[in-house]
Amino acid sequence: MTRLNGISHRGRVLTLDSMNPNVKRVEYAVRGPIVQRAVQIEKELKEGVKKPFTEVIKANIGDAHAMGQKPITFFRQVLALCSYPALLEDSKFPEDVKKRAQRILEACGGHSIGAYSTSQGIECIRQDVARYIEKRDGGIPSNPDNIYLSTGASDAIVTILKLLVCGEGRDRTGVMISIPQYPLYSAALADLGAVQINYYLDEDNCWSLNIAELRRALNAAREHCNPRVLCIINPGNPTGQVQSRQCIEDVIRFAKEEHLFLMADEVYQDNVYAEGCQFHSFKKVLFEMGPEYSNTVEMASFHSTSKCYMGECGFRGGYMEVINLDPEVKAQLIKLVSVRLCPPVPGQALLDLVVNPPQPDEPSYATFMTERTAVLSTLAEKARLTEQIFNTVPGITCNPVQGAMYTFPCITLPQKAIDKAKELGLVPDMFYCMRLLEEDGICLVPGSGFGQREGTYHFRMTILPPTDKLKVVLQKIREFHLRFTQEFS
Amino acid sequence: MNHGTALLWKRRALSSLSATRRGLPKEKMSENGIMSRAKVLTIDTMNPTVKKVEYAVRGPIVQRAVELERELSEGMKKPFAEVIKANIGDAHAMGQQPITFFRQVLALCSYPELLSDSTFPEDAKSRACRILQSCGGNSMGAYSASQGIDSVRQDVARYIERRDGGVACDPDNIYLTTGASDGIVTMLKLLVCGEGTTRTGVMIPIPQYPLYSAALAELGAVQIDYFLNEEKCWSLDITELQRAVNEARQYCNPRALCIINPGNPTGQVQSRQCIEDVIRFAAKERLFLMADEVYQDNVYAEGCQFHSFKKVLFEMGPEYAETVELASFHSTSKCYMGECGFRGGYMEIINMDDEVKDQLTKLLSVRLCPPVPGQALMDLVVNPPQPGEPSYGSFIKERTATLSALAEKAKLTEQVLNTVQGISCNPVQGAMYSFPRITIPEKAVKEATEKGQQPDMFYCMKMLEETGICLVPGSGFGQKDGTYHFRMTILPPTDKLKILLNKVKEFHQRFTQQYS
Repeated sequence: MTRLNGISHRGRVLTLDSMNPNVKRVEYAVRGPIVQRAVQIEKELKEGVKKPFTEVIKANIGDAHAMGQKPITFFRQVLALCSYPALLEDSKFPEDVKKRAQRILEACGGHSIGAYSTSQGIECIRQDVARYIEKRDGGIPSNPDNIYLSTGASDAIVTILKLLVCGEGRDRTGVMISIPQYPLYSAALADLGAVQINYYLDEDNCWSLNIAELRRALNAAREHCNPRVLCIINPGNPTGQVQSRQCIEDVIRFAKEEHLFLMADEVYQDNVYAEGCQFHSFKKVLFEMGPEYSNTVEMASFHSTSKCYMGECGFRGGYMEVINLDPEVKAQLIKLVSVRLCPPVPGQALLDLVVNPPQPDEPSYATFMTERTAVLSTLAEKARLTEQIFNTVPGITCNPVQGAMYTFPCITLPQKAIDKAKELGLVPDMFYCMRLLEEDGICLVPGSGFGQREGTYHFRMTILPPTDKLKVVLQKIREFHLRFTQEFS
Repeated sequence: MNHGTALLWKRRALSSLSATRRGLPKEKMSENGIMSRAKVLTIDTMNPTVKKVEYAVRGPIVQRAVELERELSEGMKKPFAEVIKANIGDAHAMGQQPITFFRQVLALCSYPELLSDSTFPEDAKSRACRILQSCGGNSMGAYSASQGIDSVRQDVARYIERRDGGVACDPDNIYLTTGASDGIVTMLKLLVCGEGTTRTGVMIPIPQYPLYSAALAELGAVQIDYFLNEEKCWSLDITELQRAVNEARQYCNPRALCIINPGNPTGQVQSRQCIEDVIRFAAKERLFLMADEVYQDNVYAEGCQFHSFKKVLFEMGPEYAETVELASFHSTSKCYMGECGFRGGYMEIINMDDEVKDQLTKLLSVRLCPPVPGQALMDLVVNPPQPGEPSYGSFIKERTATLSALAEKAKLTEQVLNTVQGISCNPVQGAMYSFPRITIPEKAVKEATEKGQQPDMFYCMKMLEETGICLVPGSGFGQKDGTYHFRMTILPPTDKLKILLNKVKEFHQRFTQQYS
């Protein structure tokens, strides 16, 4: 044993006790312990170990392609041409594909997607993103200068949170997040040492957002921190609710009154299924509320290539639009993103196609529309099917899946099961989900990973498996739930 | 004053106190008499450590270069026709061509219909199939495991074993990353803890690649500078390491030692003996070693050879191989590939505590996974065409052409710059940069100081305005007090580089004359 700096050393330099304490507080249930067990079981299956099932179904993560969804042909054609421009001579590629590829390549250093781009992202792509936003929002202007391409939406979300965190003790930045939430937010706040302020979505009202609840949360938080940010996910993850326009207005009004920076996570903006529901971007609503709001409320909106009808998670494409950001802070933001050089260029290229898809007069238009429509209508069908089947199970209640890619049903657990879970040192819904995994090979994420009201239990399941498989999965869960309830009655 | 009034005043005072405590900013009267409120997020209310971050490679001089490019494209007259961005290690931007094989496989992975296209060689198709089969739903659009695609990590491990003469590599110790920068920042993040005099200190070379100083500033870790020896071709001196760590122990807890080999910006390739000495030093001083080896194929000088820290560590026997904690970093951005835009990379972790490993895996999972195209590209880098495969001939040709052109340009650069009075350039043994020392006349130093600029920034800004050549001042990398340098890449095509070097020469002579 040696002594250095008055500290005695035994063993390694880097141990659990001598590592970054914030990192230890980080949790991310979507890829947490249950998934690790699922991967282990997959390995066992491969090695020939006998199980009550022949495959593990990973319904834990919003990964459409992994569940069999096909990429959009046009996008992949353009990406192939960008990767290997010799293909521009190949007659089997339609003209609109070649045009898009050429435009992207011309915007790259040395006409190669292997060059670094500017840190804010390729300029013509940011211009295309701005135009997309304008079209989407009924003409409300978008300045390309306010667009920052990012490595998935997660990258931009973490960057903005990082900028916002300051203060010590009771002045420490507090960030309001929905419960249930997508656990990137809680993880980022733990990593940054910011204060997490929970506001509960209303399960009895289809997971809607309640201004009174926002106010309650905020007032309570002011006792112990400095609340500065309000995060909304719309459409919601894991809950799938699509906020009404009125609600969005109310949130904006609340943010202004309470002087909060608004963060609008809108990565599921094309995933809207329910009758009567519509996506309204926070940006649009803000501007339609007039200059008193649109000139003052500070906001960042986030989008991604990972969800919607594209499902291109692996490319790590995304962007954020910042509104009313202080120019000095903007300069700091640019400086901060410059250290990591740039977001992946293939992801930037893909984003360009997402915001600039085939138009009605172009050769690829018909195929594009067919593919896009097929994906979205299938998802809508599966959303309905899921809600319907779960609601036939005694002890499972499922709110309508209005949008996004998940269902987050409430499950009733018998007291005996809760007691058993406690004995095992497990959170009750983790115990439930682990059982489901071991007995049926279905991997879900327990509600505790997202947050839920005390004494309630949920799980999050994706609606991504192909319809036939999804029907089987839903059946198995139904049977499991009945069995489980019986066993612990 | 009666009791009631006092109570009222107290209540008002408390409510205004709680308004401030509530974080609501005071209303302020602006010039036109309108009450306005400060923003939520201002320079005063933002993260203070972010403000301390600097990254010269894309700093103020580059912003000015971009402005100049805009002005040129708008038809403004300048003493030059184009801005030459010799500030950043971006090979493709400077005209270097990608490796055909790599791009063929990437195209096949992007659009697998091309697998039935006869114009693609069989080895490209078989690599693409292998990659796609390891992807969820056989698509590059699926997330991968957070540590990276399994088969790619296995290929990386085999590459390392081959490179290191058979020293074993466990794929479990390989983590694919979003460029090497991502891995480096992640490791530094894990290492930082403590407060005040127990705050983690991290030793970095001066001059350094400013990702390190930026990351340390953001993490609030303590930066411990150790100076490379300019007189000895930027070599690393153990006595200097010792000096730096001893001094640092007075005000922080030194826990990590970062080496860049081959060096950036300095280009030196460390001798095997030096690497052994560093390992011994790290063991003795109980430091976590971080070996940034992204330029491992960029070695030009006679007598120089790349020795990986991992290999040397293991060849030093179990006393070291079983104890020294090491992370080595590699990337797809440099070497002969130059595929910066793909953000591909990996790190190999040696002797990391198992519990810390779990924490690392957990931390990486929050960001889901590194970009899959970059992972695919890394797979090709570590598993290139073999003799006997159809693409082997062209692959070797392209690779050799790129590396020998770089070697030529390294020599040319050293040679030409050393003909300039007032510029002295160490041999560019490796990497992609020259970091010559420049003598700046006292008058120029004075003018710079008056302008509030670092003298070498003043010099580089002038060069930019007069010649359109964008370099990065040495102050952006660190240098001994009272010395000045600039970093210039050796990446422009040889003909253009020759012109560049001449313009730099002429500028320097002009500048020296002007301020004599």
